[in-house]
Amino acid sequence: MEKKDVIIVGGGPAGLAAAAALQAQGITDILILEREKELGGILRQCIHDGFGLTRFRESLSGPEYAQRFINLADEKKIPYITEATVIDLRSDRRVTATTRQGILEFQAEAVVLTMGCRERTRGAVGIPGKRPAGIWTAGVAQSYINLHNIMVGREVVILGSGDIGMIMARRLTLEGSRVKAVFEIQPYPSGLPRNIQQCLEDYGIPLYLSHTVTDIKGDSRLEGVTVAEVDTNLKAIPGTEKDWACDTLILSVGLIPENELSLAAGVVLDSRTRGPVVDENYQTSVPGLFAAGNVLQVHDLVDFVSLEAEKLAAAVARFVGGTALPDCRIELVGDATVLNTIPQRISGTSDFTLSLRVACPFRNCEIRIAQNGKLVKAVKLAKAIPAEMIQIPIKGSSLAPAGKLEVTVL
Amino acid sequence: MTDCYDVLIIGAGVVGCAVARELSRNRLRIGVLEKELDVACGNSSRNSGVLHGGFTYKKGSLKARCCVEGNREFDAVAEELGVPFRRSGKLIVGFNDKDRASLERFKAVGEGNGVVGLEMVDRKRLNELDASAGGEFAMHSPSSGILDPMVYTIALAENARRNGVDFFFDRAVTAITRRDGLYELATPAGTFTTRWVVNAAGMNCARVSSMLGIDGYMIRGFKGEYIILDKKAGAFLNMPVYPAPNEKGGFATHATPTVHGNVLIGPDSYVTEDFDDFSVTRKQMDGLVADGLKMFAQVKREYFIRNFAGIRPKLVDPATGEILDFVCEARAEAPNTINLVGIESPGLTSALPLARRVVALMAAKEKLVPNPDFDPRRKAQLRFSEQDLEGKKKLIQKDPDYGEVICRCESVTKAEIIKAIHNPLGVCTVSAIKNRTRATMGRCQGGYCETRITKLIEEETGCKVTDVLFNRKDSEMFTGRVRE
Repeated sequence: MEKKDVIIVGGGPAGLAAAAALQAQGITDILILEREKELGGILRQCIHDGFGLTRFRESLSGPEYAQRFINLADEKKIPYITEATVIDLRSDRRVTATTRQGILEFQAEAVVLTMGCRERTRGAVGIPGKRPAGIWTAGVAQSYINLHNIMVGREVVILGSGDIGMIMARRLTLEGSRVKAVFEIQPYPSGLPRNIQQCLEDYGIPLYLSHTVTDIKGDSRLEGVTVAEVDTNLKAIPGTEKDWACDTLILSVGLIPENELSLAAGVVLDSRTRGPVVDENYQTSVPGLFAAGNVLQVHDLVDFVSLEAEKLAAAVARFVGGTALPDCRIELVGDATVLNTIPQRISGTSDFTLSLRVACPFRNCEIRIAQNGKLVKAVKLAKAIPAEMIQIPIKGSSLAPAGKLEVTVL
Repeated sequence: MTDCYDVLIIGAGVVGCAVARELSRNRLRIGVLEKELDVACGNSSRNSGVLHGGFTYKKGSLKARCCVEGNREFDAVAEELGVPFRRSGKLIVGFNDKDRASLERFKAVGEGNGVVGLEMVDRKRLNELDASAGGEFAMHSPSSGILDPMVYTIALAENARRNGVDFFFDRAVTAITRRDGLYELATPAGTFTTRWVVNAAGMNCARVSSMLGIDGYMIRGFKGEYIILDKKAGAFLNMPVYPAPNEKGGFATHATPTVHGNVLIGPDSYVTEDFDDFSVTRKQMDGLVADGLKMFAQVKREYFIRNFAGIRPKLVDPATGEILDFVCEARAEAPNTINLVGIESPGLTSALPLARRVVALMAAKEKLVPNPDFDPRRKAQLRFSEQDLEGKKKLIQKDPDYGEVICRCESVTKAEIIKAIHNPLGVCTVSAIKNRTRATMGRCQGGYCETRITKLIEEETGCKVTDVLFNRKDSEMFTGRVRE
């Protein structure tokens, strides 16, 4: 059993940013464990641009964005092992990974969870119909096309207006497929406005809101789908069904933080984010286990993933250095207008950044954060949509040492 | 004709494969003709995976006798053939006086059939057996169990193959002709000649029966849908939980743990005309949730990972609609044929007992010579995820491919995938790999591993990317390369 100060599970954007920031804090006994052959995570297959506008103030492709961090890791000689799949994690910070060379076992002072997320599947959303070939989640289709040089289909319908779905609408169109439409069950898009413009509108691909797939046809390869309008309860409205012939159905119906290892270690998850409950230091319910990036909450932009992981690194460095992190007993709660918040617990003594998503679209709204009936902070926004993460810095000096912090959108 | 089989079996479901395996104990040239590209594509893989006790079938019926016989021997069968199996026991729960009367009645039926250990239990005992089970009281059937129905069918087929049986896929039998004392079976890929024919065609048993010259059987398809739940839900459920049966012994939606740790919610039951329609529907899905919750409190949306449907081919009396017993017959008007009709639940439990009856019917007509080389054993597929840490280390040392995890959710390694690609039956669809290894069966449903599996299929078989199939004929996964 080898000892390490910090084991980082996952060498995607969050893991790489955390590693570089830890190194900068003087923590050098680090190891990144990455299951793929190369570092970079999901960015490797995101060959479109638009990454880095916040973090680097320029527009990069996914691989370019990842490469900046990989170069940094190489320069600073941050150790990493690729093709190493972590198969077990314990609450005492023991990490077991499997590689082609054998099983690796580590005892870490701290473990950073940066496993990212997975896509929600057909089974999870329960789409009725048959089970032919030709149905993929957007990320799998993206992997086939961009990493494996494999074309998945020619006549395409997309369910869900998630960002990857819209990006795949454009990608498939550029490769000569006919993308007939994107259907979204909600009355508002789930992806970013810039993707609606650049991936759908620029290519004349229609987006139908309040629509969903109600049947899938084809015994061997997909032959078509039935789409219906939905009512305010998201139930299909009888009589509105329309058949769309297609050989490919792409699903972009949400992302779920990948927390199987966190659960194995006893980490408590938040039912809203489906990531760990963390405090302002990104520490989970298990001491010494920290989480950032999409494993914690699904982000809209990779830039925020990197920034979150960099913030986490500061706390991990303190923890490894032996400084006790403050007790975080104050709960953060959002009402029905708030989809979720990170962190879920704070100390009430330190500055922190509140990340949140609204539960539905708002215009000319105000986000109000109150404690013990007293307003701590209010932020006015011309527009707030569920697709965009909102970040609000809060000063420790504005907080009381006890009393729930309540968040609402007006 | 030199190319003549002694026996051709139509259908590679669990019954057809069991018949093939039992016949291969004798010196016979045996072939299996299957319309799909793998074994267990119909109802053999579309069921609850339960080894039934035998308490709902009429005393003396073939269903009752085969079920009890199959149940008793299954520990040995599972061990011999390497089939994942657990004698979990089962709870049939009740809520009211009517349910209690039903359970008492079927307890008596079961005891008459020779089912051992049946007992009525109160809620306190229910809590000890399975706290997550619904109901106020229950009948506990300790002899019931759970098994992997796909692997069981594959194991029977692989063992039959090992003992010389030929398997032919993509061979739907379209016509049967009797000529010069032999049968000619027409398929789209040529005609097969044989001395004996066994009809194990499952859903299509009545059609094949007619081809053999035996008319009059009426099959009604009772479709049932299922929801598969995540292993996280499986952690709560020890054993199958069924509601009290209706008067005819039929069960409504139940909750069944799979031997691998998931939970199945279903099946419901409705009549279908289309025997190839395995689609799932919104209405039934909603019903499964409502009914499933009565059995098992953890039927939560966050645990849903997949849906599927099966169709039970029930033999019915055309006049009364009454559901009839299994038929296993050798009729004079169709010499040298054995006709299996209406094999539905408990077909999985009854497969080997039925197969032995097929062999006996054949042996009554001609002397069978034992096959001295018959090997009853088939080694279980080694699963990396089921080894302890030392076992895992040893495996990787032996073969580094065991160190490469392909399917993250089910911890299936490259070594297991490659082994499955080169399976003894020579079938190689994405679903074939799934059923043999569990890769893509987890909560991400192939999101992580499917690209790796299709790549390995390409590499290992040398096929073109456009030849990779999902499951059935014409189920091409891909349209080509993005760039040549």
